[in-house]
Formats: sequence, C-alpha cells, structure tokens
Amino acid sequence: MLGASLILPVFIDDFWTLFFTRVFILGLLALSFDLVWGYAGILSFGQALFFGMAGYCTALVATKLDITSVLVLLPAAGLVGLIVSLIMAFIVILGRRVPTTVFVALGTLTGSYVVERLARGWSYVGGQNGIPSLPRLTLANHEIAEGVWFYYMALGILFGVYVLLKFLTRSQLGLVLAGIRQHETRITFFGYRVQHVKGIIFALAGFIAGLAGGMYAFHEGYVGPGQLSPVLSTQVVLYVLFGGVGTLIGAVVGAGVIEYLTFMLSQQYQRLWPIILGLLLLVIVMFRPTGLIGFLVSDRERIGSFGRPDDAASENDTDKNPA
Amino acid sequence: MNLLEARNVTKVYGALTALNGVDLTVREKEFHGLIGPNGSGKSTLLKCIAGAEIPNAGTIGFLGADVGRAAPAERSRAGLSLKFQIASVLPELSVYDNILLALQAQDSLATLLFSGSRRALDKPVTKTLAQFRLEHRKNDLAGVLSHGEQQWLEIAMALAGNPKLLLLDEPTAGMSAQERRATGELLAPIKQICSLLIVEHDLDFIKDICDSLTVLDQGQVVASGVTADVQNSDKVKEAYLSHA
Repeated sequence: MLGASLILPVFIDDFWTLFFTRVFILGLLALSFDLVWGYAGILSFGQALFFGMAGYCTALVATKLDITSVLVLLPAAGLVGLIVSLIMAFIVILGRRVPTTVFVALGTLTGSYVVERLARGWSYVGGQNGIPSLPRLTLANHEIAEGVWFYYMALGILFGVYVLLKFLTRSQLGLVLAGIRQHETRITFFGYRVQHVKGIIFALAGFIAGLAGGMYAFHEGYVGPGQLSPVLSTQVVLYVLFGGVGTLIGAVVGAGVIEYLTFMLSQQYQRLWPIILGLLLLVIVMFRPTGLIGFLVSDRERIGSFGRPDDAASENDTDKNPA
Repeated sequence: MNLLEARNVTKVYGALTALNGVDLTVREKEFHGLIGPNGSGKSTLLKCIAGAEIPNAGTIGFLGADVGRAAPAERSRAGLSLKFQIASVLPELSVYDNILLALQAQDSLATLLFSGSRRALDKPVTKTLAQFRLEHRKNDLAGVLSHGEQQWLEIAMALAGNPKLLLLDEPTAGMSAQERRATGELLAPIKQICSLLIVEHDLDFIKDICDSLTVLDQGQVVASGVTADVQNSDKVKEAYLSHA
C-alpha cells in the first residue's frame, strides 16, 4: 500500500493528488481516534477539538507573526493538540472517580461544542468565516505548495505516525491497553495506574490530532469553526467504525473509503447521497462490527500478539533442542 | 506478626448496614476463612479490604499502614491481591498474556513500551502456568477455558504479582467436586509464600485449608478464632441454623 502511494502522483491529476492528501490528513486524525477508542477504550467525541484548535493556533501564528516554517508550525500544532487534550484529560479522565464511557463521550463532545460556538462568535478568529487565505508552509525558503510536495509530506507523516503507533500497540504497553479495553477493573486490581496510562494515551492522541489539524489548515488554506465541530468528531468515529476498530490500518482505510464514497455518491446522486452513505455505514456497523478489515483478518489476527513472543519461544525451543 | 488489621469497619448502603463495626485480623502465612449466611457482609468486607468499596467508618491497617482510603492499584502495589467472585479473566487474550499482564504490573511505562517484560518474565509466567495446571492451554484464548480453568487462571493471576495477602472471593463457586478438590491442592502450597483470606460457602472445603475462621452474620462478627473452636461454637451453629 505504501509502495502504491509513493508512485500514485505520477498517474493521477492535481484534483486526485489534493484528494489523497486530504485523505492522508483525515486518516491521521482517524488514527488518533483509533488509538484512544480502539486500544485504550476511551470514547472521545472531541478529536475535532484538538484538530481545530491546532489549526486555529497555527493559523494565527502564521498570519499574525508571519511565521510559515513547517519545522515550527507542525510541531506547534502537535503541541497545541497535546496541551488541549491534557486539559480535557484532567477534566474528564483523571478525576478521583473512574469516569464512565458515557461521561467521557459527553464531556469531550461538550468541549468540542463549546469551543466551536466560541469560535463562531469571536471576531478575532474570524467568527463564522474563520481565518482564510493562510500563507503556504515553507521549508528553508521553499514553499510547500498544495499538490505533490504536500502529498508526500502528508504521506510521510502518516506513515511515521502509523509505524510509531504500531510499535506502541504491539509492545507490552499495548498488552496493557488491550487489558484495559477488555476489563478495566481487573487491570486496576493488578496494580496498574490505569487513569495515568489512559491520560498519556489520550494526550498522545491529542498530539496526533493536532498535527493533522495544522496540516489540514495549511493544505486547505483556511481554518473555520467546522474544523472544531462535533460533526467532524462524529465523522472520525465513522471512519474508524467503518474501517475496523483497533487495527490502525482500518482507520486510514475507513477515512479513504468514506471520503471516496462521499465524493462519488455526491456526484451521482446529488440529493440522495447522504441517505445512501448513511445506510451503507449502518449495514457495515450492524453486520460487520469489526469493519472492512474484519473481511480480511480473523479476530485472533486482529488482536495479534504483544512484545517479542518469538524471542521467548525461540529461547524455550533452544533449551529443549540445544542441537 | 499481624498482616491485616481491620478495625470497626462499617459500610452503609442507604438504609442497609452491610457491615457494622467489624474487626478482623490476619497474621503472616495464615489461611483465614470468612464465612456466614448469604447477605452477612463477607464479600463487602473483602471489597473494603481490596479497595473496591470505601468504608464509611473504621480503619484497614495493612503492614502497619492505614490503607482504608487508598486506591485499589495502590493497595495492590502494597501487596494486597484480589480474586473477584465472578471470574474476570481477559477473554480475548491468551492464557499466557493474562498471566503476563498480572506479572508486569509493577514495571515502568518505559519498560513496558520497549517490551523488556515478555523476555524477562517468560520463566515466571511458565512456572505459574505449570503450578496451576494450565501450561497446555497457554496459547488458547482465556475466554474458551472451562469455568473451573478460568477460576484457576484468575487465582494464578492474583498470585502472580507475589502478593503478601491474597483475597479470594468464592474461588470454588460453580465447580464440580473434583475441581474443588483440585483447587484445594493448588492453594495448599501457597502458604509458604503468602497469607490467604478466603470467602467460601463450602464449609468442608474451608475447614480443610484454613487455620482460623471469622463468622459474620448481619454485618457483625459472631465468632472468630481457630477453625476447630469456631466450628463448635454455639453462636455459629445458631447463626447458621436460624438461616436454614
């Protein structure tokens, strides 16, 4: 899939290059949700909050301070996502009582809604219109224009984050996350500080969502209240449910397939497309809860193994068969 | 030396007083049974000790410190380990990974992230699996084990972190006579390692393995002492007969 993505811009026109770049960025946002829900069991309806806040903050830095370096703005976007998610974590996750899934879902949804309303009514950040005409990102005096260069940057960041998350979720920490998702109380009674682990994962996901939000704002050349909204947060939930929860790759596939279907259906059926898309999503979620990836791999393969089982197994085999 | 000293523990749910000034002492390397009729407060007391419930009054001393307000994770790290009444294994993980999760609970996040644990803990995991007769099922998902095997797996998980006091809530519930006998055989050797506080309805099972007993009735201690003495106590007979 990576190989195909690398040579894809050679065969497609500018429209599809922009389309796939957008898919990579939204795939990154979907990865952040899959990490919190698919692995740590935190139902966050606030990923758009971290995404949009990072977009707004970096847009303000670029327009007010005239800073356009990608090496400043993208790390800053991630940092904004991290800080906002830490604030949310203190409110909805790290309380004295263990929060319920519904409490976290409603808490993050409310946060997203409140900040969206604030953005819509605050003229300093453009109110309803948001902040348009953002300058292009630069790297050593070269502009990173929307198109092939932005495509490869988004692909590179998506791939890097995917590899990092794959490493994390296959490690022994991934085993702890799998335990938390299945039976949080049991894990707590083993002595794990579950809320701390969840807070760290939530903040990491906030960083990734922020990174995606910064890229999205400069790719579109615009940031607006829609990028903070619960609608976008819900859309991300659908990407992951459609592609396959707790698989990472399913989140990216889900983002790509839903964006493609949205585009194609809206071309063919200008009035009916939301209903057709909604029904399709409903069928997949009801009859294939493991998502599109569930068609390709079994549940056992999907859950996988953690750490380095081969090392331990090979050591045992060596003990038994020294020859 | 006293390991656990619960004093005047009281737990109230609305109009119901589940525990009313309960005292309980468990010494080092002692197997202590907690018995009583249904609704007498046995499981509630165990939950208060493990941290699943916070008592309204009283203290829970463990190794000389009051842990009555501490979070369950902190009590576990101090050496208190609970086996739930309903088997709470992690059904989508392998039997091996269930034990490993319990063993690596004290590791730092960095150790967990860079996966030092699996290699370092392979021998203790294998030893624990063998001790609880689960070695042949190590690659099976915990969810497909029989009820008895799930109970053993959970006892193995509770014991894996080398606790000082193991709390078992009805470990033989739903087991066949053969499985109950096997559970007794599995528990006997752990006396060398830690103390045991066990809630159990099967009096034959509990009198065979416990050094001492505490009997609860309607949230209060009716009798406490050496197993043989408590068994013959008139108060205990009365408490059981009045609920028969």
